[in-house]
Amino acid sequence: MDYSVYELPSLSSPSPRPSPRDPLPDSAERSVKVLVVGGFGVGKTTLVGSASEIRPLRAAAGTGPRVAVDVGRVTCGGRLVLYLFGPPGQQHLWFLLDGVLDGAIGAVVLVDTRRLHDSFPAVDRLERGGVPFVVAANLFPDAPLCPAGDLRATLDLPGSVPVVTCDARRPGSSRGVLLTLLRHLHTTAPRRNTPPRRAM
Amino acid sequence: MQHPDAPPRSARPGREERTARAATAGDADPRGGQGPPAPLRLVAARTAFDLATLVFATSAAPADLPPEQAALLRACARPLSVAELSAHLGLPLRTVVALLGELHARGHVELRGTREEQCRAASHPDPTILKALIDGLQRL
Ligand SMILES: Nc1nc2c(ncn2[C@@H]2O[C@H](COP(=O)(O)OP(=O)(O)OP(=O)(O)O)[C@@H](O)[C@H]2O)c(=O)[nH]1
Ligand SMILES: [Mg+2]
Repeated sequence: MDYSVYELPSLSSPSPRPSPRDPLPDSAERSVKVLVVGGFGVGKTTLVGSASEIRPLRAAAGTGPRVAVDVGRVTCGGRLVLYLFGPPGQQHLWFLLDGVLDGAIGAVVLVDTRRLHDSFPAVDRLERGGVPFVVAANLFPDAPLCPAGDLRATLDLPGSVPVVTCDARRPGSSRGVLLTLLRHLHTTAPRRNTPPRRAM
Repeated sequence: MQHPDAPPRSARPGREERTARAATAGDADPRGGQGPPAPLRLVAARTAFDLATLVFATSAAPADLPPEQAALLRACARPLSVAELSAHLGLPLRTVVALLGELHARGHVELRGTREEQCRAASHPDPTILKALIDGLQRL
């Protein structure tokens, strides 16, 4: 079975996408890695795909169609590339997250407000690894609005962690979540003084 | 699954342990030694490669190069990440990393942002880079 290239069923805006083999400019020299994590079926693949400038890709990390990491990309100028990686949400595949955690500048924890508990392992894992993150509630039409305060309390988040809502199907909304993360990192960067994270 | 209108949801457990850990942060391995067993790791610990490492061919494929390595070298005639190479060639990450290791050892590819560099950059984010990413995303 070929699961290396994965087409999203539908995106709300049929924006023309470059070929999946689109190379980077020769000047590309710096890549920055952001993770999109969360429980099963919360819209991680959708968010990575809608935010990305390339057609959604999946990098096989094992055998079987589900053991793959979503890959998205946004180039910023000629030298800088933002990569988005979305490991699968099922618990038994969580070792994949361990493999992608190193070297990540930050993460988006995507949550479904009906199943907040499903995101506990992701939040725990990021905290343990010292990876800064923001939380984005993916607004499914049938999901009830969840006040940010309730979400914060349930996930037991420090006040410094930004909480936003999004529609993972919309590129503008997905990129807005990434902007929230990057601004959060930018605000905290000069003051953060942690020991370097160890390579595994 | 929890009903949306259910009364106060239980918060994420382990709060006390996390607070204690935060107090001693910096003393111990932040991963708490809880990494997965080695065979399950996505990319082997001692490779130079991260998913986001950019790979760039520095030479054309010599005639004696095994076909899989030659295909990989062709795929990175322009810079591309390890993850994209895996997806484009339909090869598992592990395989791509092994093949790239051989190409790198023979001097056929250049790496930008090795695993170690990515880890260093992530633990001390450069505000200039962050600002460039913010500006880039805003322009889209
Ligand atoms: N209505 C609505 N549906 C969404 C949204 N995001 C995702 N979906 C749908 O929800 C389903 C799951 O989305 P995925 O992106 O595959 O979720 P995932 O987190 O990658 O799932 P796993 O990788 O299996 O854990 C799909 O059918 C999507 O089309 C959203 O914002 N609104
Ligand atoms: Mg998915």
